[in-house]
Amino acid sequence: MKARVTVTLKTGVLDPQGKAIEGALRSLGVEGVDSVRQGKVFDIELGSTDRTAAEAALAKACEKLLANTVVENYRVEIL
Amino acid sequence: MKAAVLLFPGINRENDVARALEQATGKKPPIVWHAEHELPKGTDLVVVPGGFSYGDYLRCGAIAGRANIMDAVRAHASRGGLVLGICNGFQILCESGLLPGVLMRNANLKFVCKEQHLKVERTDTPFASKYARGQVIKVCIAHGEGNYIADGETLKRLEGDGRVAFRYCDETGKVGGAANPNGSLNDIAGIYSEKLNVLGMMPHPENLIDALVGGTDGRGLFDSLASFAA
Repeated sequence: MKARVTVTLKTGVLDPQGKAIEGALRSLGVEGVDSVRQGKVFDIELGSTDRTAAEAALAKACEKLLANTVVENYRVEIL
Repeated sequence: MKAAVLLFPGINRENDVARALEQATGKKPPIVWHAEHELPKGTDLVVVPGGFSYGDYLRCGAIAGRANIMDAVRAHASRGGLVLGICNGFQILCESGLLPGVLMRNANLKFVCKEQHLKVERTDTPFASKYARGQVIKVCIAHGEGNYIADGETLKRLEGDGRVAFRYCDETGKVGGAANPNGSLNDIAGIYSEKLNVLGMMPHPENLIDALVGGTDGRGLFDSLASFAA
């Protein structure tokens, strides 16, 4: 089973990297970009075929390590 | 004072801090590898030094904050034992749950490596008794992720309880503005835990302990610790 975990900054948390990318896009002449927020993607392979168990394991992974829930949100997708 | 210095892969300030501790206490502290489950018997103070544990992968301090030895450090802290985290060590303490908040990328996106003045906010703690309240000290900073962030409620609690240890200031003691090198909320350079037995700070006091290399303002912190548990 394959899964994708996306970790993003919570709304309101300052993202200087996203801001710099936003500025770079603008200077490259890419039009229509209002704002950029940078996040992380984890592609994870699981041995289990049990979807519920996989979701539980991934939520645990996010809470324990992949996201710092003080400033980040996470989303788990089973692919 | 029995100190122990933790070592994770990628940490590189362990010898600097060991030297500062030896200067203050007269004893060379043991270096404790992260895979250990226990601290040396009778440890009064655990120091988490600076560096780049695990190459700053995932988030600064994230992987080290979950190492085996950190369970022992949490138990030590909950018994009232002293813990000092410097730079990456501060990031590790935040990631391990020993201190609130998080250290984000510097607001100007630059790695800052320079001398920096700090204002000592309080002196009635094991870490700062040798300083004067409001004293301006010169230490140095070297970090890319020192931008202290906490949610509004946490920040209010930190301020209300007087748990800010040091703030960034200029040499005249003027806090904040251009003297804030990284965008930290309320110009916070270091914070205490609720019981004031855990201190996390971004600046490096261990690098200003010798007049030959820039100054000795960092000695106050180690001398405070040495006299707290002689």
